Amino acid sequence: MVSASTDYGYDSKVEGGVIVSRADAAINWIRTNSMWPMPMGLACCAIELMAVGGARFDIARFGAEVMRFSPRQADCMIVAGTVTYKMAPQVRRIYDQMASPKWVIAMGACASSGGMYRSYATLQGVDRIVPVDVYVSGCPPRPEALLDALMKLQAKVQREPSARRLLSA
Amino acid sequence: MSADFLAALRSRFPQAADRASADHPAVNVPLADVVAVLKFLRDEHGFDLLMDVTAIDWSEGANPRFTVVYHLLSTTRSGSYVRVAAPCGGNDEAPVAPSVTSLWPGANWHERECYDMFGIRFEGHPDLRRILMWEGYPYHPLRKDFPLAGIETELPGADVVEETGTKVVAAPMAGGPFVAASGEINLSEAEPRAKDESWSDRVARPDQTPLRQVKE
Repeated sequence: MVSASTDYGYDSKVEGGVIVSRADAAINWIRTNSMWPMPMGLACCAIELMAVGGARFDIARFGAEVMRFSPRQADCMIVAGTVTYKMAPQVRRIYDQMASPKWVIAMGACASSGGMYRSYATLQGVDRIVPVDVYVSGCPPRPEALLDALMKLQAKVQREPSARRLLSA
Repeated sequence: MSADFLAALRSRFPQAADRASADHPAVNVPLADVVAVLKFLRDEHGFDLLMDVTAIDWSEGANPRFTVVYHLLSTTRSGSYVRVAAPCGGNDEAPVAPSVTSLWPGANWHERECYDMFGIRFEGHPDLRRILMWEGYPYHPLRKDFPLAGIETELPGADVVEETGTKVVAAPMAGGPFVAASGEINLSEAEPRAKDESWSDRVARPDQTPLRQVKE
């Protein structure tokens, strides 16, 4: 993690004001703590998603309260609800429009696996069209479960080799 | 209450026959008269609200295969509700029925849904497109010969298909429909499960395309 260090002070004037860290740690720290979600609310899970944004559960505590309805400004797509085959291309296009780095949370049974909709009209899991980072169980999940998913995603982002990816990109 | 309009209907349209119904009155009329009957009920008996336009598929081989059903409600005479059924014309692949959008503009979307699900073409409809499934979907899902799980076909959006390699596949029913064992007390064991658990949404059945997971 990023921390102020006095061990590396070489000049009494800047001593304590210099921070030494790995680039990965700094980049991931920044990414982790202001992850702007793109609410892809497609069904009843979106109601729980709204509750997560509200005062009681308050996703702002984890730096993800800035719901962006433009994919250009979002980091993390939260697919909340049933994805029909008719909607699937639009979900994929919105995912394509998001700027990298980007992550996907499949919220609830429908987004994760099609849920109870074993039928001709429903995509059997959003992972068939976009890469999913975290799956949340529940129908719909409790708001706490989505907060847990966000924390798990943050833990996942912390482990990413961000600097190497930036250089190779 | 219901007898008066039924008697009037019968004297005006002798070809209208009573239809078996457990609750509200219902009549069978020939397809050619359906618009006239509905107009008569709307203008002279206060059935001003078209509640639903739906259809029945009597399955392949039945003649006529499709019956279209109009549900009418009167908002001025409390509790007056009537169903008017008519056998569809055309053939089994492309049944036809007259559109009633000229009587009730609200029939528009009902008829589009009916067309989408059963493939009944409503003649005179101003904009007969699919309403639930996407344009270009090759089937009509509420027909009796269409399986609940669906039929493998192309996903809408050629660019997305190219990028993801995904297609519309038959939903993994995995031995379903899923029914809870009755009389079980242990909830985890009473949970609805499939009879055949050898395949699932992760492990494809041998004769079906596996569900592909997108790689990063």
